[in-house]
Amino acid sequence: MSILVNKDTRLLVQGITGREGAFHTEQMIAYGTPVVAGVTPGKGGGWFKPSGVGNTPIFDSVHEAVNATGANVSIIYVPAKFAPDAILEAADAGLPLIVCITEGIPALDMLKVRAYLDTTSSRLIGPNCPGLITPGEAKVGIMPGHIHTRGRVGLVSRSGTLTYEVVYALTLRGIGQSTAVGIGGDPINGTSFVDVLKLFEKDPETEQVVMIGEIGGTDEEKAAEFIGAQMIKPVTAFIAGQTAPPGKRMGHAGAIISGGKGTAADKIAALQAARVRVARHPGEIAELVAALM
Amino acid sequence: MNLQEFQAKRIFGQYGIPVPQGEVATTPAEAAAIAARIGGPVVVKSQVLVGGRGKAGGIKLAQTPAEAEAVAARILGMTIKGLTVKKVLVDPAADIRKELYLGFVLDRARRRVALMASSEGGVDIEEVAAHTPEKILTVAVDPCLGLKEYQARGLGLGIGLPKEQWGAFAKICQGLYDCYMSCDASLAEINPLALLGDGTLRALDGKMAIDDSALFRHPELAAMRDEDDETPEERTARLNGLSYVKLDGQIGCMVNGAGLAMATMDIIKFYGGAPANFLDVGGGAKADKVAAALRIILSDPNVKAVLFNIFGGITRGDEVARGILTALKEVPTQVPMVVRLVGTNYEEGRAILAEAQMATAETLAEAAQMAVAAAKGA
Repeated sequence: MSILVNKDTRLLVQGITGREGAFHTEQMIAYGTPVVAGVTPGKGGGWFKPSGVGNTPIFDSVHEAVNATGANVSIIYVPAKFAPDAILEAADAGLPLIVCITEGIPALDMLKVRAYLDTTSSRLIGPNCPGLITPGEAKVGIMPGHIHTRGRVGLVSRSGTLTYEVVYALTLRGIGQSTAVGIGGDPINGTSFVDVLKLFEKDPETEQVVMIGEIGGTDEEKAAEFIGAQMIKPVTAFIAGQTAPPGKRMGHAGAIISGGKGTAADKIAALQAARVRVARHPGEIAELVAALM
Repeated sequence: MNLQEFQAKRIFGQYGIPVPQGEVATTPAEAAAIAARIGGPVVVKSQVLVGGRGKAGGIKLAQTPAEAEAVAARILGMTIKGLTVKKVLVDPAADIRKELYLGFVLDRARRRVALMASSEGGVDIEEVAAHTPEKILTVAVDPCLGLKEYQARGLGLGIGLPKEQWGAFAKICQGLYDCYMSCDASLAEINPLALLGDGTLRALDGKMAIDDSALFRHPELAAMRDEDDETPEERTARLNGLSYVKLDGQIGCMVNGAGLAMATMDIIKFYGGAPANFLDVGGGAKADKVAAALRIILSDPNVKAVLFNIFGGITRGDEVARGILTALKEVPTQVPMVVRLVGTNYEEGRAILAEAQMATAETLAEAAQMAVAAAKGA
């Protein structure tokens, strides 16, 4: 077990012929992820043939690709201008899981996309995220596969490289991961910390959870409430941006302290009140996790 | 991207919101001419992108064109919170009976655009939120339905507006909503929305922030960016696709990824140092980008050490190492550098750096401690 993606994942890549899409598709195939289809409107009927790692059919539409291949997860690498359309197309084709890597989608576009998705049964991860990985089974994203090892710690994070940092530290200590999920750094996204925590709580393979948040919004506070009320599995957390000044956007569109809300101190206090162990710096996360093994 | 008051009000006017018919002056003589054209008392308002302009003396009344000239002469060139005033807005003075607040923001928790209104206008809304939150009323707008009239009317009622004004108030709310959505704003605020002596409503001040990610489809808004409101470093960063925020510490940081960049700042603080900046160099970390980033970091005279923290995921460590060395050739410096490289091809990367006599670190904790020591001259 694990969550969301595994060896039964049949992955479809939207934007497979683009520079990013092609590069990362090759990486995902090399990792062993079952990539069954690609979609690039106008390039249907062709094949995606990276050097020596398989042969993937390309379709003009997501509907066609799903009908022909039984794809059950889509990953989106199309540019920000076209990404909202790509997400809606995937939802319209009935895909249960859609992962959007694309960075820089206008917030009001995501607002409408999310409102529509709420009327469907599709789950969106991202946008502006590294994707997710179940080590040894499926890498659906842009993370470096080799730093992960199979194990029993679930990770959920708003950031990319900071997640790699933590995963790598766990792996170096011989601590493997069940699934690592990057939910993305945008103000409006598809999946929240609480959504992923619920899945980890139910997953028999996951024994404990690491949650990596950052300043901005109130998603971490909601997670704290959920952990306190409904989780049995232990959670270790880190909140990035303890030294960030208010009113300044720290890279991610969602990482901003505005109106005195979304500070690291508030989030840490809420998590500690829910008996979550909060690391003081990223190097401490793996130590806290190891102490529970 | 934040717009100046005069820009925001000009846009509000295009959406049917009543705004004062003022004009912008860059010299005292221009201010006098505008005041003469307006006739009667005017208000001269500094145009800088900071709050608290009034308290800083950047907003003054003037009864005559001559007085407007004198007031403008004092305001133009003054420094408010580090920004020099280069423009003033000269608006007709208003006969204010009551000051209200009206603003649209993105409510992340509810995933809706929210309209906030308050009877306590004219002051910082965050102060109102902190001390008398019950005086702020909020409605969430369904993105498919848009703002409905009953919602606007309900807010008018809720903030105690006489029923004669409900219609005009609802029209302003609708105009501001259309403006917010059409401009891809992240904030559109009227503070104060004044109820005047003659019973009409007017937007006396305006604030707008535009979603940077949406600027690609708003060239007319992108062209409003005022370069005087950016430091040269921020400008260089923006043009090179780097995220940069200057801070007050001594340790310059160059990191790939926003979360890791914040975490690097945090660990510097943990070990007793202070970060000089936030800088996300992004993916790839190619030599030209690294060089641009290094130039920006070193242009800060407070910087006593630089910490590179690069998690080479898809990016290869040897490429990053070469990028750093190329950058250092372009930007020679005596400031000590600590490099921490992990991930793909990190051994090759570290070997390249070691050959060039650069200090490298294994873990982030170790790198942070080395940088803190270097900044203290140890």
